[in-house]
Amino acid sequence: MSTAALVIHQARYDLRVFFRDPRARAATLLVPVVMLVFFGAVFRHTSFTFGGTTVSGNDYYLSRMIVLGVTSAALSNMIITLVAERESGALKRRRATPVRPIALIGGDVITCEVSTITIAIVLWLIGWLAFGVHVPGAGLAAILLALVVGTAALCSLAYAITPLLKSVDSTGPVLTIVTIVLGIISGLYAPDSVFPAWLRDAALFLPLRPLALALQAAVSPATNHGHTFAWDYLGIVAAWGVAACLVAVWKFTWSPTRQ
Amino acid sequence: MTAIEPSPSPSPPAGAGGEGGRSGREPALSPGQVRGGASAAGQAISVRGLRMSYGSYEAVRGIDFEVAHGEILAFLGPNGAGKTTTTEILEGFRRRTAGEVSVLGADPGRGGADWRGRIGVVLQTSAPERLLTVRECLSMYAGYYQRPLPVDRVLDLTGLQGKTDSRCDQLSGGQQRRLDVALALIGDPELIFLDEPTTGFDPSARHMAWDVVRGLRDLGKTVFLTTHFMDEAENLADRIIILAAGRIVAEGTPETIGGRQAVASVITFTMPQGMTAGSLPPLPVPVTVARGDRAEITAPEPMPVLYAISSWAMQYSLAIPDISVQRPTLEDIYLRLTEDHA
Repeated sequence: MSTAALVIHQARYDLRVFFRDPRARAATLLVPVVMLVFFGAVFRHTSFTFGGTTVSGNDYYLSRMIVLGVTSAALSNMIITLVAERESGALKRRRATPVRPIALIGGDVITCEVSTITIAIVLWLIGWLAFGVHVPGAGLAAILLALVVGTAALCSLAYAITPLLKSVDSTGPVLTIVTIVLGIISGLYAPDSVFPAWLRDAALFLPLRPLALALQAAVSPATNHGHTFAWDYLGIVAAWGVAACLVAVWKFTWSPTRQ
Repeated sequence: MTAIEPSPSPSPPAGAGGEGGRSGREPALSPGQVRGGASAAGQAISVRGLRMSYGSYEAVRGIDFEVAHGEILAFLGPNGAGKTTTTEILEGFRRRTAGEVSVLGADPGRGGADWRGRIGVVLQTSAPERLLTVRECLSMYAGYYQRPLPVDRVLDLTGLQGKTDSRCDQLSGGQQRRLDVALALIGDPELIFLDEPTTGFDPSARHMAWDVVRGLRDLGKTVFLTTHFMDEAENLADRIIILAAGRIVAEGTPETIGGRQAVASVITFTMPQGMTAGSLPPLPVPVTVARGDRAEITAPEPMPVLYAISSWAMQYSLAIPDISVQRPTLEDIYLRLTEDHA
């Protein structure tokens, strides 16, 4: 099989595993949906203003909950899966075959892309049907681009972070704390219009806030000087992906850490 | 250079079907079953002066051995003997400190995808792909190889026909281990590494697993078996290597390893009614009678002793229904060889 065919082959099985896993479904899809319904209901008549921009509550939370879904699927769930597969010997067993790492990693990335796009479609439909969020046609293309870039970057980050986590037991709690803190300072839960400007500026150089702003620009271009595609924000996200990829190449191991 | 190259050996080592091998133990190689012409001429595995150090600790201290094509080699040793390190070096998962290693004609440290496709690995610990079915799991792995065996054939070989649509996490421990073997077989490898394949099995699951390994022999596969169980080595292996503290302490067939064939047998029986040690005929070795009537004779050469006792019993019409001759078990030999290192 060619490498491309092998990536597709791997992704077919990885996707089956993802959609059969109740924990993965609940963590990645259910949580953002419930939160969007909650925040949408609470903030539907509210607007947030910061840095000279005003954004409606619904537009704000649609973009943030998509980021939450991407983070859950491509970062948290990916890390939990990788640590569990590494410690159970499943990764080592796959590496004991002629399969090239690019096929295994490619399968993971495609699985994450398909799942984050699925999550985004569900969230977009809820935003549209329940809260009247109107995304222009170009906006949908911009959301898709941000999803592809953001998901690949966070997947890459998952491969870079996994070597730091030595056991399945410690992974869950550590990830919960890290992603909640990261989510809070990136304005996923409370609107970051209430944050001091320095915190917003600092969070701009972490991976989640620029992804949120790129999605927000797609939903409501007025928040990005009328530009639907926020290349600068996507550039920051992509830079995280590239840097993480280099760390992963250096640090990632396929064999269980306990010997 | 030439001194360390594996040289094609015209005759198989003892135990690989030659002298000392048991009947029915000949490797079932047939033309066409071994791929890769270059290595078919030499040994499947050849190791010369292998050393591995972790910092100042030397886990493997210069070992040499070979494994012939079609042979089942059991690699035994206490924990910490260097078994896992050696196995991982052979599998290409670990770099070595020194020595020459050739596995199917290639250095495992540099084995590429083609080489990987010719070996199968059953790891000591590996959980199944829990959310896939048995068939899906095998199909996924089949895709990794250029020339995989048909999935149904591998299901037959490993006795998993009835479980094709079961999810992997619903299999019993024994079935999961069969799936591990099936995943190692799907690429039609020439050489299979089995790392403690039956640890944690109940006796019936172990015997079923042994049948699978015997099936590998019939397919002409070379098997490198790591195990803690002496009966497993005795039942399956053509040849055994015992490792202790990083060195090979014994190598041979299950019957002859550690001079097993020359170690004294123990003859025991209950003395017939009214007889004492003094009633026995003259014997070449001393007799001990314990608990009043239990005779025990340690005999390096058991036949003259048995002949003397049976003649005596026939002459006086004595019944000795419980006479037994016990050979030292492989476990006895193993414990003796490794006692200083355990």
